[in-house]
Amino acid sequence: MDTVIHTNKLTKRFGNFIAANEITFDVYRGEIFGFLGANGAGKTTAMRMLCGLSKPSSGTATIAGFDIYKQTEEIKKNIGYMSQKFSLYEDLTVLENIRFFGGIYGLSDKQLKEKSAQLLGTLGMVSEAKKMVSSLPLGWKQKLSFSVAILHEPKIVFLDEPTGGVDPVTRRQFWDLIYEAADSGITVFVTTHYMDEAEYCNRISMMVDGEIKALDTPAKLKQEYAVTSMDEVFYELARGAKRRE
Amino acid sequence: MKDVILNNISKTYNKGTVQAVSDVSFHVSKGELFGLIGPDGAGKTSIFRILTTLLLPDSGTASVNGFDVVKDYKTIRKNVGYMPGRFSLYPDLSVQENLNFFASIFNTSVEENYDLIKDIYMQLEPFKNRRAGKLSGGMKQKLALCCALIHHPMVLFLDEPTTGVDVVSRKEFWEMLKRLQQQGITILVSTPYMDEATLCERIALIQNGSIMSIDTPQNIIAQFPENLFAVKSGNMGSLLQDLRNTEIVKSCNAFGAYHHITFRNDNQDIKERLIRILEEKRHTNIELKPITPTIEDCFIKLIEEDEWTL
Repeated sequence: MDTVIHTNKLTKRFGNFIAANEITFDVYRGEIFGFLGANGAGKTTAMRMLCGLSKPSSGTATIAGFDIYKQTEEIKKNIGYMSQKFSLYEDLTVLENIRFFGGIYGLSDKQLKEKSAQLLGTLGMVSEAKKMVSSLPLGWKQKLSFSVAILHEPKIVFLDEPTGGVDPVTRRQFWDLIYEAADSGITVFVTTHYMDEAEYCNRISMMVDGEIKALDTPAKLKQEYAVTSMDEVFYELARGAKRRE
Repeated sequence: MKDVILNNISKTYNKGTVQAVSDVSFHVSKGELFGLIGPDGAGKTSIFRILTTLLLPDSGTASVNGFDVVKDYKTIRKNVGYMPGRFSLYPDLSVQENLNFFASIFNTSVEENYDLIKDIYMQLEPFKNRRAGKLSGGMKQKLALCCALIHHPMVLFLDEPTTGVDVVSRKEFWEMLKRLQQQGITILVSTPYMDEATLCERIALIQNGSIMSIDTPQNIIAQFPENLFAVKSGNMGSLLQDLRNTEIVKSCNAFGAYHHITFRNDNQDIKERLIRILEEKRHTNIELKPITPTIEDCFIKLIEEDEWTL
């Protein structure tokens, strides 16, 4: 199996506070990897390091084959990122957003033209192309935002709570897109507060107090904790946390 | 006795082009814990803002404690507690300063109603001198609840208090709400998390500004019109596709470790038939069992029915 994320004792300190403490794990090509943890467990800090946005205090890691200290620019070119908080520019049109993000990720004019036409077609948004993103329903924005994040065919896409707040039907349609991306070989690294979504992941890691306390398939984790749902696994692991938000 | 009443409330934005709330009517009884369940953009916040007199409805009437939300807005403001969806305390005041400030606005003191907030405030006390802006998410949420309670309101409005909060904190928060309810406070709470619906006495399922169903969670579940089954196999991804392409399957939705399905013609041997079909498609470790629907199943069903009638 190709390893696309490899970390070894990755640590981030802010003064005396250890936000991420010696986290070690591998993520493989085409895998859907669920990155779970209580609020304040250190998920965001870890994710920022993996995206090349924050320099680790110690430890090593390679992302898509690139070194987390020296090759952050290469890392950024080979990943996609989407979060509920920051996704698209509301005051640009759908097409302008696609062109803008595609351009930033280094697609040529010709590629941009082809890709945007193709994307609008698959999303069924051809007649919305010239509408402002602000006028779209939330579910559409999220689908568009995800598609834009993988427009440059990155090796890994990071999704930070991508489905917050949408209705249960749209939430499931969003996961169809995630499956499609994973089938095409893109590794999906996702955080979520919906425990049913944790079940859709190939493997799950659980962060508690800055450390990875558990990492396995949902089925094995449930077996290990002798419970029937990921909700209970989460509860068992997180309720003992000292650091809580 | 009804503490909150809405009659045919509608609200539009952008000169009538955006219908936020569409002919909504419901009531909340005294001492009830009532939940508005729906996704972002369903109209939950508009309803809260109308009931807390911060927004005027286009049409319809509403009252809180018998007072009209338009005419008697000043009285309502004195008698209700409101925790908005966005953190709205003063980030540069400390925990204690925020609490004192809100108490003084309502002409009361922290001491006077300390009993009501004691349970919650005790968890905040170690940080009482910390600025509110520097608190963690869960602590901010607890402080906001204390500030909304400090004048001992008769009705408490909580707009998505648990959004973005982890499973453990959510559980704790609902336990706090139950305790407040036992003290006789009427609570209207909204949430996008369907699993929290069963913690309310009655709920309204809301989507696109309209209420799709109002009842107790138990009754809404009992009204689910079909038999529901959970299916699982060795390959959940292809199982989802195969179920969707199977003629005898009416609906199919991913639900965590299982997919939930209903059949077009639900007869005695339908289960065996489906298992045979799936075996032909080379599925292994097939499990198929009847289950009780969750509120999320009901919500999806109602959305799908809505789309049929459109």
